[in-house]
Amino acid sequence: MVATNSMNRTSAAMQTTSDEALIERIAAGDKLAMQVLFARHQVRVYRFVLRLVRDQSVAEELVGEVFLDVWRQAGRFEARSTASTWLLAIARYKALSALRRRTDQGLDDDKAATLEDPGDSPEVAVLKKNKGEVLRQCLTALTPEHREIIDLVYYHEKSVEEVAQIVGIGENTVKTRMFYARKRLSELLKAAGIDRGWP
Amino acid sequence: MTTYDETPERQEIEALLPWHAAGTLADRDAQRVEEALAQDRELSRRFALVREELAATVRLNDALGAPPAGAMERLMLRIEAESPTGRSRLALGGLADWLAMQVGRLSPRALAFAVGAAAAMILIQAGLLATFSITRYDANGFQTASIPRSGEIGIGFVPAANAAEITKFLDTYHLTIVAGPRPGGLFMTRPESAPLPKDGLDGLVRRIQQESHIVRFAAVEE
Repeated sequence: MVATNSMNRTSAAMQTTSDEALIERIAAGDKLAMQVLFARHQVRVYRFVLRLVRDQSVAEELVGEVFLDVWRQAGRFEARSTASTWLLAIARYKALSALRRRTDQGLDDDKAATLEDPGDSPEVAVLKKNKGEVLRQCLTALTPEHREIIDLVYYHEKSVEEVAQIVGIGENTVKTRMFYARKRLSELLKAAGIDRGWP
Repeated sequence: MTTYDETPERQEIEALLPWHAAGTLADRDAQRVEEALAQDRELSRRFALVREELAATVRLNDALGAPPAGAMERLMLRIEAESPTGRSRLALGGLADWLAMQVGRLSPRALAFAVGAAAAMILIQAGLLATFSITRYDANGFQTASIPRSGEIGIGFVPAANAAEITKFLDTYHLTIVAGPRPGGLFMTRPESAPLPKDGLDGLVRRIQQESHIVRFAAVEE
């Protein structure tokens, strides 16, 4: 009982520990810290990877690979970026590697289509006057490069500097790429019947 | 086409709108954007478009769901599988360093041969251990040990098995890992269905033993 209480207290304390402190503990071989970091970030990492690879089973596998790398490389984390930025950078590298492997093997179009088209087509959604649905459809129709930057900025709440670190490009390029991603989104919306008057 | 102030300063401010909507701008930049928004109705209209995009992106991502249950267990399983190496390294100290140096000098072909030989040794040892420690015989032939059956199956995976293969295997046989790895790399598993009778458990183990591409050893826990 005493041991259980002690473990519960340790676990509770871990919940409030910063990511960076958790990574320090992980570097020292602390498996509980690993579990806390995983619980804290697995969903976002999974969604980020899934949006890139568009295959649930591959995304699940890659999330495991990302955190296994964290376990192996925690000692190399220098806290020059936040832990979540570091995680997303690892995740991106693994997702792109998986995409390259899959391109070599030939894309599974059926699988990609099931993820790409969860609702009505943009045109049908327009007929239903569901602007939000059209917007989401057009977001999924963007290229992986444009989807990635929009997700990083809007969903993962990454600053210009952090996106630059994750994607490995300059800060000005980050802003330019975001602009073109949004411009392309407007074009897709216009083609679907929604003219936003921009750009 | 909108007629609009497209000075470099205004373009720079407009480029920051996505980060302003997400709340990730530095204070100074956020203040510049706020001031521009207060003076410029067209910029405010464009900012509203950005906010729509943000809301749609969040909703789209939230709809993607989450990894399936058991992801953490599978990760910890893989981490555990790596731990003996770490423990050995700590325990052996200089010997491990010496071994690492020798292995580093091997050519890829020689290294592959050495790994194969090591894997064969592990298989032989596992077989011997299985023979001497898991079962015993008496006048009535095969008999379970004195400890009552726990309903668990001890499984050792081949060194080359990866997490995806192990996960698929566990799903196929509806098994859950309840402990491990134990010395020798054994994981204790339990059928997800109601406790199986002796015959059912033995039959399951025989089927598992056929999966030699992933399982190097399987036996009922005594």
